[in-house]
Amino acid sequence: MSNYKFFDHTADIGVEIAGRTKKQLFVNAATALFDVMIEHKTGRTTAKQRKQVTVEGADVADLLINFLRELLYLFNGEKFVMDRCEIINFNNTEIAVQLTGEKFNNTKQLIKTEIKAVTYSGLTVERQKNHWKARVIFDV
Amino acid sequence: MSDIKLEKLDDNRWLLPQTGEMRVPGIIYANEKIYQLLKGDESARQVANVAHLPGIMNFSLAMPDVHWGYGFPIGGVAAFDLDSGIISPGGVGYDINCGCRLMITDLTLGEIKTRLDDLTVALYQHIPSGVGSTGSVKLSGKDQKKVLEEGAAWAIKAGFGLQEDLETTEDGGAMVGADPEQISARALERGKQQLGTLGSGNHFLEIEVVQEIFDEAAARAFGLRKGQIAVMIHTGSRGLGYQICDDYLALMVKHANETGIVLPDRQLACAYLNSGRGKNYLAAMACGANYAWANRQILMHRTREVFEKTLRMSPRDVNMKLVYDVCHNIAKIEEFNIGGTIKKLCVHRKGATRAFPAGHEAVPERYRNVGQPVLIPGDMGTGSYVLVGQEKAMSETFGSACHGAGRVMSRSQAIKTSRGRSIARELAQKGVLVMAGSKGTLSEEMPEAYKNVQEVVQVMHDSGIARKVAKLKSIACIKG
Repeated sequence: MSNYKFFDHTADIGVEIAGRTKKQLFVNAATALFDVMIEHKTGRTTAKQRKQVTVEGADVADLLINFLRELLYLFNGEKFVMDRCEIINFNNTEIAVQLTGEKFNNTKQLIKTEIKAVTYSGLTVERQKNHWKARVIFDV
Repeated sequence: MSDIKLEKLDDNRWLLPQTGEMRVPGIIYANEKIYQLLKGDESARQVANVAHLPGIMNFSLAMPDVHWGYGFPIGGVAAFDLDSGIISPGGVGYDINCGCRLMITDLTLGEIKTRLDDLTVALYQHIPSGVGSTGSVKLSGKDQKKVLEEGAAWAIKAGFGLQEDLETTEDGGAMVGADPEQISARALERGKQQLGTLGSGNHFLEIEVVQEIFDEAAARAFGLRKGQIAVMIHTGSRGLGYQICDDYLALMVKHANETGIVLPDRQLACAYLNSGRGKNYLAAMACGANYAWANRQILMHRTREVFEKTLRMSPRDVNMKLVYDVCHNIAKIEEFNIGGTIKKLCVHRKGATRAFPAGHEAVPERYRNVGQPVLIPGDMGTGSYVLVGQEKAMSETFGSACHGAGRVMSRSQAIKTSRGRSIARELAQKGVLVMAGSKGTLSEEMPEAYKNVQEVVQVMHDSGIARKVAKLKSIACIKG
């Protein structure tokens, strides 16, 4: 995956995410979160579950963190493994998405890393010349 | 270490001068070697950031196991005035009351050597570990509320342990002021599933043998003697604690503007201690702390059962006793002498251990003449240290010492370094039997990923904060 890369952080996992647009940045961040946590043993998902999620934030950086926190809860609390994320509505303080995925199944997936939380530490969301970039630290 | 310049105060302390908007200077406990390691990360910057928070007293401190965390550095200690100061969920950490529990037995290595494999396998089977592990204790809503209010005492009432275990648990295994009403439905839901589980990452259960005694009198008081088999447990409040921290952090970030506090890092989001939000967090945090104490108590009970069953010995012959249980991610209201006046302060220990000296009323009666045991686990291949708190901790570090070796390598660096090697085999060669849920965890947690715990402990010893009592060597380790 070239939409994100890891940067070194002593205790936790730092991820630098890129996206052509701000919306794409959010979708790529969601993918990065699940890629850190889950390894698919067999292909991709089959039994589809759909979820609609709306999240708010004070600004775009806060929105990104709240969005990832919500996705992390969907996994930790409801065992939902995301496969696809489609943005229905987006502005700097609110995002609505349609998620497709399935319930975690240990015959098909493996939990690679337990993410305790998505942190605000060292958080940046910035516009680059022709794309958007974010840096997020996951507490593991 | 970016642009921060540290000034050497003595062989074990470095001053981080007060600049810009910092309200107090910082002090980092480190010898020359550890100081060199600091240059590689952002932990000194984080010590400076903490010094910006309102009501901070004396110094923003870092213990010698300091490393780059989120918001506060890991190994960070900061105390705040109750009237003008703040409480920060990030300064406690996601794993509320993550801590260590050390148990001793009447067994020697010779007596269990031939059964060590069986014992380790049995522990691995009976102590649920690994990512998202669910426990053998199923909680009703009513019971969960009691766990959150009563902590380790609930576990003992439910049959997981002995009344005497509470005597040597920090705060008797229960923090006052816990209010389950201050916790979200999400946190409660996560908590229901995970009581009596070890978790993953750096959490572990280790069988150790007492290898060296440095302080005979203190060791005798703690019941430690050379050659004795001991067990160390390292875990915390699991998903419940993570969710409490996450919920309150988000809330405090959301209302950050209301407080008028300028934050150098959003992760330091906080509320005034005397505000409604601050008080609610303290009540929620206490629930997390109590859950963690119940969790470690249940795991200790399971360990006792496994030892007795596997070795076919009676409880009296194994005689597994609790030396002490400490929390190292917590905020506590404690009293200190500030310029001749006794003041109540809120001490944040983020990856730091309480280290109260002899005579302090919070030290269990049976240890009051020597001081409080300070439990310092090292990396998997090394083992642990037991220290004892000293008077100087009260005047210099708000009664705090280090909590472990402290990471020096990132997880990805560790995985890279361990590529092509079998960490389990290397540890076996060192005489440590390891069972882990995943190879990835073993690589991430490889001994080289950590500072030398001996160095870290020596800094505490030489600076007079906590004195070395005993060294324990790992012989078996289970990890998630």
